[in-house]
Amino acid sequence: MLDSIIQNLFNALQWGSFYSLIALGYTLVYGVLRLINFAHGDIFMVGAYIAYFIAIFLFKGSLSLSGGLTLALVIPLTMILTAMFGVTLERIAYRPLRRKGANRLYVVITALMCGLILENGNLAFLGASRKSFPELIDKVVYNFGMISMTNLKIGVIISSIIVYFILNAIISKTKIGMAMRAISYDKFAIPLMGIPIDTIIVFTFILGSSLAGLAGILFAMSYPILDPFMGAIIGWKAFIAAVVGGIGDIKGAFVGGFLLGIVEILVVAVFPSTFRDLIAFSILLIILVIKPTGLFGVAKSTKI
Amino acid sequence: MKKYSVPALLTTFALCTVVAAYFEIIDLYVQTIIMFIGVNIILSSSFNIINGYMGEFACGHAGFMAVGAYVTSILNVMFFTSSKTFGDPIFSPELALWFFPVTMIIGGVAAAITGLLVAIPSFKTRDDYLAIITLAANFIIVSLFINMDSLGGARGFMGMKQIVFAMEDVAFLPWMLIWTFVFTYFVVFLIRRFVSSTYGKGIIAIHQDEIAAEIMSVNTNKMKLVAFMFSSGLAGIAGGLFAHILGYINPNSFNILKSTECLVMVYLGGMGSLSGSIIAAILFTLLIEMLRFIIPAADTLIHLIPLVPDTFHLSQVLKWVIIPLILVILMQFRPEGIMGNRELSDFFPKLKKYYEFK
Amino acid sequence: MALLKIEGLSQMFGGLTAVSDFKTEFQGNELMGLIGPNGAGKTTVFNIVSGFYKPTQGQIIFKDRAINGLKPHKVTGMGVARTFQNIRLWHDMSLLDNILISQHYNLGYNLFDLFTRNKRYIENEKRMKHIAMQLLEQLDLIQFIDERPKNLPYGIQRKIEIARALSVKPSLLLLDEPAAGLNSSDIQDLIKLIRWIHKEFDIAIWMIEHQMAVVMSLCSWIQVIDFGKTIAQGTPEEIQSNPAVIKAYLGDDKI
Repeated sequence: MLDSIIQNLFNALQWGSFYSLIALGYTLVYGVLRLINFAHGDIFMVGAYIAYFIAIFLFKGSLSLSGGLTLALVIPLTMILTAMFGVTLERIAYRPLRRKGANRLYVVITALMCGLILENGNLAFLGASRKSFPELIDKVVYNFGMISMTNLKIGVIISSIIVYFILNAIISKTKIGMAMRAISYDKFAIPLMGIPIDTIIVFTFILGSSLAGLAGILFAMSYPILDPFMGAIIGWKAFIAAVVGGIGDIKGAFVGGFLLGIVEILVVAVFPSTFRDLIAFSILLIILVIKPTGLFGVAKSTKI
Repeated sequence: MKKYSVPALLTTFALCTVVAAYFEIIDLYVQTIIMFIGVNIILSSSFNIINGYMGEFACGHAGFMAVGAYVTSILNVMFFTSSKTFGDPIFSPELALWFFPVTMIIGGVAAAITGLLVAIPSFKTRDDYLAIITLAANFIIVSLFINMDSLGGARGFMGMKQIVFAMEDVAFLPWMLIWTFVFTYFVVFLIRRFVSSTYGKGIIAIHQDEIAAEIMSVNTNKMKLVAFMFSSGLAGIAGGLFAHILGYINPNSFNILKSTECLVMVYLGGMGSLSGSIIAAILFTLLIEMLRFIIPAADTLIHLIPLVPDTFHLSQVLKWVIIPLILVILMQFRPEGIMGNRELSDFFPKLKKYYEFK
Repeated sequence: MALLKIEGLSQMFGGLTAVSDFKTEFQGNELMGLIGPNGAGKTTVFNIVSGFYKPTQGQIIFKDRAINGLKPHKVTGMGVARTFQNIRLWHDMSLLDNILISQHYNLGYNLFDLFTRNKRYIENEKRMKHIAMQLLEQLDLIQFIDERPKNLPYGIQRKIEIARALSVKPSLLLLDEPAAGLNSSDIQDLIKLIRWIHKEFDIAIWMIEHQMAVVMSLCSWIQVIDFGKTIAQGTPEEIQSNPAVIKAYLGDDKI
């Protein structure tokens, strides 16, 4: 009994890692721009596909590098390319609207539309056949009594934790991180202080998208079937996780992601799997009703 | 005279369409498109109450549509047809025609009550937190229906065609077309009356400054409750129509993608513009149907170019690339949507001479 | 019987005491001032009276009824209207709508009447429009009736906000820094306007104001608070020469 609980918790941590990595991207962009970047889940999908093409090219192609070397190259390349992708999206879709001072909601809708374009564009041009990600590293299973862990799952959990601490350091220690936090307090004062606001926004998109790229690689390695809509549902859910944690807050997104992972895995362990969304979302809804600003969010008081 | 011009025009249009349908001048496909336009008008204009007039960002409209669709369908199938799930009809099938509006309204009421799920949290929350609550509500409602095995679960629920046949047995007329016209007019008139009254304008006041609204004696909580319940109730009516037009429903046709369609229509038309919502619903439905023909045509066209490989085909999926792309481009040039927050008569003041729409 | 009676009013925000043991009384139609340095808790007092905050302690009796803890729209419906430091009009609605919506406390019809457009609905809408037009006429704003407030000059916006507050037929009008952002000729107009409103509508007016010229020429009684505590009260002449007030505003001179 205890074994199965620990086993489930372990699986939940791995599952939650994906949510956390994606939720961090949501929360970063939201914190700086107050924009729900609904295309973020699809940036994650794009990241997985980029990783797939690079891996195929290096591993299966004429180069036929070893699995470990391929992985060592895939990770940075995917992160860079996904980051570039995210920045391009910001450049062509969001920035012109922002410059025009359009209603915030219209930018959100644009993001939603960009997500649809990515999903369906992918489906239309790459076809419905699912891509299967090559196995780059050999699976090693560690058994502790009844609990089994694989090197990949441990890797996923550890990377997400490392990423969180790096990100936290960037946000709280570096100058650009401080500027990012400052924007979320007062976006009008920032340009007046001589801080180039566009640079900060580009940097935010680089951070968020590269995290989505990393999540894409890890996800593709853990669940090696890719399809164009893989980012849609997981993206929506990660967003909900970010809000439950308190959107705009790094710690909130990280914890929220793991919380959602744990709730989902535990629900499946007890109830039929079709109940997963129903119960998980009901719990999140109750959390939000009790604490409307999320677990770590701070209520903004409006001055009367 | 002014007072009757719009109803007269609309009635004439509806009558012409019904007569044309009766004599098979327009085929079933065209009729279906007209009916979907009606459903989409109800969806977008009712969603506009929340997202346009009240300025919230709700994104779970399809959930309420699902409630209306299921409740109306279940009641009709239970009362008027013999089905595996519910057994023999409780009432004579001939009564289906007369009780159809009643069951539709019951479906709407059920959807309005479900609207409480988001209305009550909206007292304390705004903006993106409320967006999430509506999103979660959509997920919850859909997966609730997926888990109801007695209603077909994920496979869906059917038997509504029988209702339409039962209505046609009473009098052979295109009944669903007639009901679509009746309910679309009914809904648009209700919304128009609501938002043009001093009471209804309270929600616009909440949009522009909630604190000022509260201090100027607007009961903001009650207004939100009314607005959410009104909007989701009307979505339920759209759902009931949708179910009977198609003849079957399945929970996944009310997922986030459907809610996204509603969002697209509202923002395409303009926040807080009823005529904008109607125009957007018409354009959107027509565009989807047109692409059904344009994409294969474009496909044959590009294959005239020898460079294009024969294995490559433009698929219907491109529809969902082209529509968002149009919207993204539109947003760049006209970020407030087609109509902004104005009505047709604000654009063409001369129209005021000819009609008065209340 | 007093119109408004506040006793022992305290408001804490976390550990911070914004207002402590505040008391005041309005008999009928006085014009009183509430002054004090920035951050003294003046607006907090108004926010409590108008129902935005629930006071930590104390009693607010308005027309023989305790109103502490009542929702703002209820308080307004009972006859307490207010304006805001930074103008809070509905900027994208016509001036007429701005005044009409403030009639929500007294609609006189329900949703059924609204949807059926019956006689009751039409008559009440007519009545409310009549009230609004009459008020705009009185305040000489009728020429802006179809304008949106955001397109009007600042001074007019201030006046509209006061008009909107008057449209709920208040017996107590709270003005939160009505002269903020106005130039000197606008201020003269404002003083005349407030004096006229006080006489014409025969209501109690309670104002927060930093412009001493406005406070001293209008108010018959002034209360000074600093750090949430009342440090002085009296007639304008008494306040002007009160050492505690001078100290609060200008600081200690023993440096």
